[in-house]
Amino acid sequence: MAVWNPKIECAKRSDVEAIQLERLKWSVQHAYDHVPMYHDKMVKAGVKPSDIRTLRDIAKIPLTTKTELRGQYPFKLLAVPMREVVRIHASSGTTGQPITAGYTRRDLDTWAECIARIATAGGATENDIAQVSFGYTLFTGAFGLHGGLEKIGCAIIPISSGNTERQINIMRDFGSTVLIATPSYALYMAEVAERMDALRDIRLRVGLFGAEASTEEMRAELERRYGILATENYGLTEVMGPGVSGECEYKCGMHINEDCFLAEIIDPETGEVLPMGEQGELVLTTLAKEAQPAIRYRTRDITRLIEEPCACGRTQLRMEKIKGRSDDMLIIRGVNVFPSQIESVLVGQPGIGPHYEIVVTREHFTDHLQVKVELVDASLLEKYSELEKVRDRIRAQLRTVLQLDVEVTLVSPNTLKRFEGKAKRVTDLR
Amino acid sequence: MYVKQISVFIENTPGRLAHFTKLLGDNNIDLVSLSVADTTHFGILRGIVADYEKAVKLISENGYTVKLTDVLAVSVPDHPGGLAEVLETLSGHDIVVEYLYSFVRNAGDHALIIFRVDKLDEAEKVLTEAGVRLLSQDEVRGL
Ligand SMILES: [Zn+2]
Repeated sequence: MAVWNPKIECAKRSDVEAIQLERLKWSVQHAYDHVPMYHDKMVKAGVKPSDIRTLRDIAKIPLTTKTELRGQYPFKLLAVPMREVVRIHASSGTTGQPITAGYTRRDLDTWAECIARIATAGGATENDIAQVSFGYTLFTGAFGLHGGLEKIGCAIIPISSGNTERQINIMRDFGSTVLIATPSYALYMAEVAERMDALRDIRLRVGLFGAEASTEEMRAELERRYGILATENYGLTEVMGPGVSGECEYKCGMHINEDCFLAEIIDPETGEVLPMGEQGELVLTTLAKEAQPAIRYRTRDITRLIEEPCACGRTQLRMEKIKGRSDDMLIIRGVNVFPSQIESVLVGQPGIGPHYEIVVTREHFTDHLQVKVELVDASLLEKYSELEKVRDRIRAQLRTVLQLDVEVTLVSPNTLKRFEGKAKRVTDLR
Repeated sequence: MYVKQISVFIENTPGRLAHFTKLLGDNNIDLVSLSVADTTHFGILRGIVADYEKAVKLISENGYTVKLTDVLAVSVPDHPGGLAEVLETLSGHDIVVEYLYSFVRNAGDHALIIFRVDKLDEAEKVLTEAGVRLLSQDEVRGL
């Protein structure tokens, strides 16, 4: 398949690193000069922009947390005057103050370039009709993908999220070939399309999924239901939005746009940079962002970098599918549990639907984990033992994966929540 | 001569069964026979309704998992040992009864009992030969 910008995406490693070093020096200086928070942090740590002589020197600069960014609400992170800002986005404020993101005209160009590469890697071309089912709101998702797809030359349907039956009608009538959505919403859309008996008239061939972590099992389910190539992409508002990285057709990790982002993996406990290939928390530094640089931002996402060459010919480092945000991790009776581990067991199980809900409670000082799934296979109603078999099989597999006893509850179809954006499947009542 | 039984998955949550029976009631669907068995986690409601096509459509449209199963509606003499005779006939032919439950109404001096067995055709044959009366779907409709 095509590569959007082979000069960058397939460049020699030494050339990539030379670009990164030059841009890192610029970005650190820019932040130091124009964003008081970064200036103060560096002064306190006794480090100056001129101390950055190699890429490794970045470790001298202090890490930045989400809490620190929140403290700069709304515009104290801007490194340019507002007249140079042409767009403002914000992340959701559900867990506190929202985080705002400003963009200059050039930032929007950079963003579109990053998305164009990722969307091309995922299979989108100028011949495609792209249905953007992310919400066109303050969130970065819809506008981010929109800019890059437009750059490629896709015919964009900016339908936004919600009103699912209409989504399916448009998808069928307009002949959408590319779908942009969260994996959980895409799955719900497939379910509605099946109910409307419209799935066979749908011409989707590519799915570009992002904005939430998902599992290989979920991908397989989406590919099976729609008959598409489904790739995942990654990004976050704090550093730009989607476009940090994305998978190619080989689906073996997300290629990072390394000329725009410098990725490090740290030990989340100590903050130490870990050697290449080890699993830890992803830390990102923007290399080309004018309006709002981010220096060593702790993403709280757990992943691993891969430097082995990819069959697609791109030389950019890849990051593994994220295992889950470290904030999403549940600690149940002292055991670390990622919802993605539960999803990997549930999706594709015979007899049940792909939707699920996780409920954590505490009774008599003991954590209790309950997983609800929908019973969809009516033939199991012949015998209790069949229902019990389904439940016991899921419970046994969860025990193997999590090393924990989990209560599995079968519920009626269409009774669990469906999501039009990022799924919220965990209810922690502790 | 079989009749259609509906099996519906009912979550073991408060009000779920009431919700289901109200759904049928509001739509004038009469459960002429009913059995609800449950474990602590879920229940299966089994029953016979006059108009099963209408019932299945309504039930699945309302988000329940529902299945149709062929069962025997057996007219059992309503006297001591009546049921035992039927059961002996079946076991004498190696037919296993998976479950049975009685009708809400009975027909005069006969009790109506629903049988789900492993060998349906054979059960029908041996019971008929033994002079046991089986009800047809139309007769059930008329109840
Ligand atoms: Zn690749």
